Amino acid sequence: MMKFTLAWLKEHLDTEAPLAAVVDKLTMIGLEVESVADRGKMLAPFTIARVISAEQHPNADRLRVCMVDTGAGEPVQVVCGAPNARAGMKGVFVPPGAFIPGKNMTLGIGKIRGVESRGMLVSEFELQISDDHEGIIELPADAPIGANYAQWAGLDDPLIEINLTPNRGDCTGVNGIARDLAAADIGKLRDRSIRPVKGEFPCPVKVTLDFGTTPPLCPAFALRLVRGVTNNPSPAWLQRRLISIGLRPINALVDITNFVTYDRGRPLHVFDAAKVHGNLAVRRAREGESLVALDDKRYLLDSTICVIADERGVESLAGIMGGEATGCSDTTTDVLIESALWDPVNIAQTGRKLGIQSDARYRFERGVDPAFMLPGLELATSMVLDLCGGRASEVTVAGTPDTPEHIIDFPLQELPRLTGLRADPREVERVLGRLGFSITAGGKSLKVTVPSWRGDVEGKADLVEEIVRILGVHRIPPTPFDRGEAPRKPVLTPIQLRTRKAKRALAARGMLEAVAWSFIGRWQAELFGGGNPELALANPIASDLSDMRPSLIPGLVAAAQNNGDRGFANVALFEVGQVFRGDRPQDQFTAASGVRRGLAKPTGIGRHWSASDGEVDVFDAKADALAVLAAAGAPTQALQVVPGGPPWFHPGRSGSIQIGPQNVLGHFGELHPRALEILDAEGPLVAFEVILEKIPEPKARATRARPVLEFFPFQPLERDFAFVVDRAVNAADILRAAQSTDRKLITNVKVFDVYEGAGIEPGKKSIAITVTLQPREKTMTDAEIDAVAAKIVAEVGKRTAGVLRA
Amino acid sequence: MTDLHALETELLAAVTNASDEPALEAVRVAALGRNGSISTLLKTLGTMSPEARKEQGAVINGLKDRVTAAIAERKEALKQSALDQRLNTETLDVSLAVPEPPTEVGRIHPISQVVDELTAIFADMGFAVAEGPDIESDDYNFTKLNFPEGHPAREMQDTFFFQPKPDGSQLLLRTHTSPVQIRTMLAHKPPIRVIIPGRTYRSDSDQTHTPMFHQVEGLVIDTSSHLGHLKWILQEFCKAFFEVDQVNMRFRPSFFPFTEPSLEVDIQCRRDKGEVRFGEGDDWMEILGCGMVHPNVLRNCGLDPDEYQGFAWGLGIDRIAMLKYGMPDLRPFFEADVRWLSHYGFRPLDFPTLAGGLSG
Repeated sequence: MMKFTLAWLKEHLDTEAPLAAVVDKLTMIGLEVESVADRGKMLAPFTIARVISAEQHPNADRLRVCMVDTGAGEPVQVVCGAPNARAGMKGVFVPPGAFIPGKNMTLGIGKIRGVESRGMLVSEFELQISDDHEGIIELPADAPIGANYAQWAGLDDPLIEINLTPNRGDCTGVNGIARDLAAADIGKLRDRSIRPVKGEFPCPVKVTLDFGTTPPLCPAFALRLVRGVTNNPSPAWLQRRLISIGLRPINALVDITNFVTYDRGRPLHVFDAAKVHGNLAVRRAREGESLVALDDKRYLLDSTICVIADERGVESLAGIMGGEATGCSDTTTDVLIESALWDPVNIAQTGRKLGIQSDARYRFERGVDPAFMLPGLELATSMVLDLCGGRASEVTVAGTPDTPEHIIDFPLQELPRLTGLRADPREVERVLGRLGFSITAGGKSLKVTVPSWRGDVEGKADLVEEIVRILGVHRIPPTPFDRGEAPRKPVLTPIQLRTRKAKRALAARGMLEAVAWSFIGRWQAELFGGGNPELALANPIASDLSDMRPSLIPGLVAAAQNNGDRGFANVALFEVGQVFRGDRPQDQFTAASGVRRGLAKPTGIGRHWSASDGEVDVFDAKADALAVLAAAGAPTQALQVVPGGPPWFHPGRSGSIQIGPQNVLGHFGELHPRALEILDAEGPLVAFEVILEKIPEPKARATRARPVLEFFPFQPLERDFAFVVDRAVNAADILRAAQSTDRKLITNVKVFDVYEGAGIEPGKKSIAITVTLQPREKTMTDAEIDAVAAKIVAEVGKRTAGVLRA
Repeated sequence: MTDLHALETELLAAVTNASDEPALEAVRVAALGRNGSISTLLKTLGTMSPEARKEQGAVINGLKDRVTAAIAERKEALKQSALDQRLNTETLDVSLAVPEPPTEVGRIHPISQVVDELTAIFADMGFAVAEGPDIESDDYNFTKLNFPEGHPAREMQDTFFFQPKPDGSQLLLRTHTSPVQIRTMLAHKPPIRVIIPGRTYRSDSDQTHTPMFHQVEGLVIDTSSHLGHLKWILQEFCKAFFEVDQVNMRFRPSFFPFTEPSLEVDIQCRRDKGEVRFGEGDDWMEILGCGMVHPNVLRNCGLDPDEYQGFAWGLGIDRIAMLKYGMPDLRPFFEADVRWLSHYGFRPLDFPTLAGGLSG
């Protein structure tokens, strides 16, 4: 996140524009303002005060009773628990009645363990300016007593945070943001050019770029020594700058690097020269090397990581964070200042690998201005000389900053071509010019030289973006989009149509559509025929979301059980979605699946007085499966139902739907009791799953007209037969046998009764069917009807060993 | 002659007194049957002189007609009263509830409904619907979309990976629907107008993020479509989708690797106790990203960026569903809680059409 204050911005931008105008313009030119904090108002009651005395609290070991000079009249008694509260220190005082943002409460006058307290000395956390609640704020001795703290600390300056897009490395510095605003007519860019500092002696430390035969990770590295510095706390203005954006002042040398980082988007590093041994080498880390960085953490390194090492070992994580051992402290007298260029991809990868978010990484991975490597070093050097004194060496540079000239041929027509916006060419040239592009040829096509800090600008389209974002996207006129002469044809593919029809058909059967995760647990996947290693995620977020699902049923069963656990035992759920048989595109299929649990019958859910209720059974699942297939366009007459299904179904109470043994469209049935146990679910529970891609494409028809409807002048007639067959015989075989005796005359055959029990031999069952005959040419005589009936009895007997029930 | 009067009085009394249909039938047989009293009288006519026959015939036939009519009338009355009596015993408690029709119980998930709404809107503008696989290659998900290797932009999207293959390649779950842009451009010559709805995956999970979510992407490639058209399409879309007369939209420059120029779009809204109202208020809510397809992406698909041009946009289906229909949280979309589905889901016959209104 890029942060700066309005006052800091005005160091680079000469503008009278009010905060709101600046904020609005930033967002509208692509520097999206994430937040604006006007802390001057919130922190108004907080003033600078001095602790005159701090005595032990009579009734509490950890508390002190302080007399505080607030600059307004008599000293005030304050009870304070901070370990650093002591006589003589300066801090931040707030009187009773003020709101403490970090505690979200209004302070009152109180007695703390019997001693009155008329105010509070506060920590940074209590002001919500940092997470530090170790102790109360300590201010330098020259902080003026009674002054408004926020004003003195620069905290009254509105803080602006920008959600910077990854392409804009140039706006990681306040000067880059000012340049964009100036281009957009919010003020004028101030000249902040840098005067080089002449070196007085050669830099005694040599630098080598040592990448051997491996790809180099450091194009250039500049270094200079400043001898005889005094590294005190930095002056108030610099401390205030850093505090105002939430950075903690450390010491002058470190503060200078942080300042240049934010002011110019140029990260630097300072080494305490006394702690560096010999010359420096920029190289890949060796396996087993490690470094304790400035955040006090030890990082294990490898050869993908670029480091700066001295003769003793690794001293700094290049472009990310320095090492603890060579850091600058108040004892530092000689300082080495580093300004370098790093491979952005490597910085990003290293940062991710080590889990370090730093201001340096944020900038180097976006790309810094290679031409500013040396000016940045000069700026830092002159600040060191100004603030810490000392004598600077000459600059030593290893490698060369790569700043090739990048010229884009830019036809002016490109702007209207891509945006529809017509702008005056002078406007275009002005915008590009203010952004730092230089234009070397005019006319219909410009030759545009890209400035060194805009490595993100590749070609014509990027220039178009620069122009429209500064001129204002609002100027692009909305242009009606003609749908053209294209014929109005359906736009959905067959599978898309099947999917939407399947969903509506299942919902119309009283089921609720679920959308479950595409990944399930390994054990669930294995149970349903999946678990292929190629479908296991390398980085799942949870062990029950680890494998791409081979079936929708496990997700639906889990959902049904979850609902049951919440007190909704009778649920009918379906999903139409992707299942995975392998990791290739052609291995992904669209399944339509459903589960019914408890009393969730298609005729109604739960108990009902009409006796249409009951527990779900295999025929409910079969009906669902056939309904969804019919809705999705399957040829219902051609579908065969054969007993049995995959192993997660009950072997005797499941079936498969197929068009011949080669094309199995799906399955239905009661879930296998063992599967339910593994899924930790309770029945009764039935399920189905069909694969919509398996439905054959219907033949293309030349016309939308239906075939001619044939009416017969003769009434159809029905004859009933009851056959006794073995229990194992499928009713469908009896129907098929009856139907086959005369396909023309017999228009329908149905089972209307199934009976086992008294009057029927054990191991047998009675199946009663009704056969519809449709005479076509004349009314049938009794003799003709009897002949058909005899053929039916004979055929059923032949195929199923069924005999007419006595 | 007084006999006939007495007979008539007697017969009519018998008819009136017949308490049910069998009794009435007995009266009829006694009067009009073969040997009934009136039939017997009629038989006597044959023995009479023509004058007497003429006179007596009229009288006896008059008697017969009146008795016959009385019997018919009585028969009808008895039938009605028998029916009334039966109906009195045939009452049922119609306050008993019948099962709810399944078409009122079943629900379509809001995501499916919104996809159907999007399809209706964009089909009307001449867009087809394209789809692609969830398991993608790094090449289609990132490289061809102009995400340079190792670029921080890749880090913007927390990616789910599969195990590396022996050749070092690694498949992933698509982090956006944009690889389908690539597949579409590689498979079809322009002009291209498609929307691409689908599941997408990112490996973060918290209150507002789920590891799986839904996006819809739009892609137009031809030789003349520009940002002005894109603005118009998105304005028309927002008005149609949110079913309002006016939506104030704000297009902001932004960055996506696969578009140049890139824009983000906010819509003006008023937030009130968790409810969002469009076309009023002075808050801005970001709803989508878009831009002109990056020349490198066109090149990667074999199209010359100086000849072909076009734009793309992408938005979260779950998110616009929440905005339109007011679900406060994303997570329950994927939890299949029947209370949530019944409340936020759509009835199966509420099919979104432009003619009938998207949300019925």
